[in-house]
Amino acid sequence: MADLATLLNNLQTNFADKLLSITQAVDEITIEIAATDLLSICTTLKIADEFKFEQLMDVCGVDYSEYGISEWVTDKATGSGFDRGVDESLDLHFTPSNKPRFAVVYHLLSISHNHRLRVRTFATGEPPIVPSVVDIWTSANWFEREAFDLFGILFENHPDLRRIMTDYGFIGHPFRKDFPLIGNVEVRYDATQQRVIYEPVSIEPRTLVPRVIRKDSRYLEEKLENKN
Amino acid sequence: MTEIRNYTVNFGPQHPAAHGVLRLVLELDGEVIQKADPHVGLLHRATEKLAESKPYNQSIGYMDRLDYVSMMCNEHAYVLAMEKLLGIKPPIRAQYIRVMYDEITRILNHLLWLGAYGLDLGAMTVFLYTFRERETLVDCYEAVSGSRMHATYYRPGGVYRDLPLQMPKYQESRWHNKNDIAKLNENREGTLLDFIWDFTEDFPQRIAEYETLLTENRIWKQRTVGIGVVSPERALQLGFSGPMLRSSGVAWDLRKKQPYEVYDKLDFDIPIGTNGDCYDRYLVRVEEMRQSNRIIRQCVEWLKANPGSVMLDDHKVTPPSRVNMKNDMESLIHHFKLFTEGFCIPEGEAYSVVEHPKGEFGIYLISDGANKPYRVKIRAAGFPHLAALDEMSRGHMIADVVAILSSQDIVFGEIDR
Repeated sequence: MADLATLLNNLQTNFADKLLSITQAVDEITIEIAATDLLSICTTLKIADEFKFEQLMDVCGVDYSEYGISEWVTDKATGSGFDRGVDESLDLHFTPSNKPRFAVVYHLLSISHNHRLRVRTFATGEPPIVPSVVDIWTSANWFEREAFDLFGILFENHPDLRRIMTDYGFIGHPFRKDFPLIGNVEVRYDATQQRVIYEPVSIEPRTLVPRVIRKDSRYLEEKLENKN
Repeated sequence: MTEIRNYTVNFGPQHPAAHGVLRLVLELDGEVIQKADPHVGLLHRATEKLAESKPYNQSIGYMDRLDYVSMMCNEHAYVLAMEKLLGIKPPIRAQYIRVMYDEITRILNHLLWLGAYGLDLGAMTVFLYTFRERETLVDCYEAVSGSRMHATYYRPGGVYRDLPLQMPKYQESRWHNKNDIAKLNENREGTLLDFIWDFTEDFPQRIAEYETLLTENRIWKQRTVGIGVVSPERALQLGFSGPMLRSSGVAWDLRKKQPYEVYDKLDFDIPIGTNGDCYDRYLVRVEEMRQSNRIIRQCVEWLKANPGSVMLDDHKVTPPSRVNMKNDMESLIHHFKLFTEGFCIPEGEAYSVVEHPKGEFGIYLISDGANKPYRVKIRAAGFPHLAALDEMSRGHMIADVVAILSSQDIVFGEIDR
């Protein structure tokens, strides 16, 4: 693997004022940029000699609306059980005010320099929208279709933004955090109508293991050390 | 004079050459492809969303079911992502075991691909030959994990258990008498490592057998040479990886360039193609099997000489032994916590990649500090390959679509996820 420090340095000198943040963690570099700068920065990243990111390996949508929220607070023990431990009255669906709800994450790979980079940009507006990078990397085509299908993020100037994973005529965007895991409709064959019909789901959602966030002392110590 | 219009054909979703459930809408001018529009997603199970609803360690089994012909390699990427965020590294013996099983998996995958490719192009015999060898390898899977396919063998912090000291043997039955059984059990008298070693002794000759059937076969060459050519520039632009990229002449292999586990300690070569057509993709994969065989032999030698632990002793992540659990209070608590709540991974994100038999298989994991992943994105190797089918098949005949599709080594478990 190439030298991360050089890449970090090059990124800072090239895009100094455009980077919203730049972080290095677990040997990976992440930059956050505004959607308006996406195309210009990506073009530089692909062409410039010090970057040469010839390959776009992955495009991934992320819905940050429930980030850092646990379903179960374990200050006091419950007499009942896991499932009933989940407090349904907690409002779990809110968007943290400081950041937009949806993000698109690009993973780039440079064959010539043997380094990787993660680029994150936030999609603002309703519906969320970011420019498409298909003209820079052809491989973005299907990856962007997938992010559109699953998260409802629109990609401006995409040549063929159709659904890709879900059923024909599907309603909703299933990977959004407010879309239920069990879905909204189920299908079955109806003998009287002699065709497959859609009906509202008949099962109830349930939580087998609640989401908990533990303040693990081992990692807290590490974080403090890093800060100092 | 009647108006001449293009003809649209539905290929699949139930078609033996569609490699699973692919619906391919082909626009034809006579027999020449004008446009190919693959409709995927018929096998979409929302694996990523399911993984978000479960503790980290309960999703390893889902990874097997993505690309169901290279099971352990999928697990590997997922386990590596967790280990990266936890900041742990498995014991060296576990790393060798993982590498050995990754290569066994690569041979398994390429054998299935070769057999199916032959079948698609009308060569029946190869399929029967490759499945003979696959049988031995799935027995190796079964010996360590109890399952012939969906192993769930890799765990964060190592592998589930050490290699068994004896192989399961065939029993006498109505169909097999004593002499038959003795013959069948000949290579099963020693340990699993002896069994694998025995396989690797024999396997290069077996590859030679496949090659006598295909490599210089005139019909085979007519169907594959010059079909679906991809230039190195286009291969990069289309997001190709693995054998697809290498057959276009780009020397890129994650095992060499960004080595994980113990690949940097092993000696093997990376075959690359020159023309980027179906024939080159065939040659590259066949040579990869030979190289995998070499890697397996090196691993077997190392593993025979170096016994040791295969799982970390950190019981916040790995389960304690059952014996301890019965006597030791703390082990019991660890066990209970791990199998009810799982473990929490510190806040952060990681993208881990492995050189999967089909290309670059990546797991992008976002953790917000909980016991369940906040987001799991699976970067399936075959996804961008299938996306390129349109470009690769334009201008070819309808029969060539089958040759091109099959040469991409498509499995819908991972593409649809």
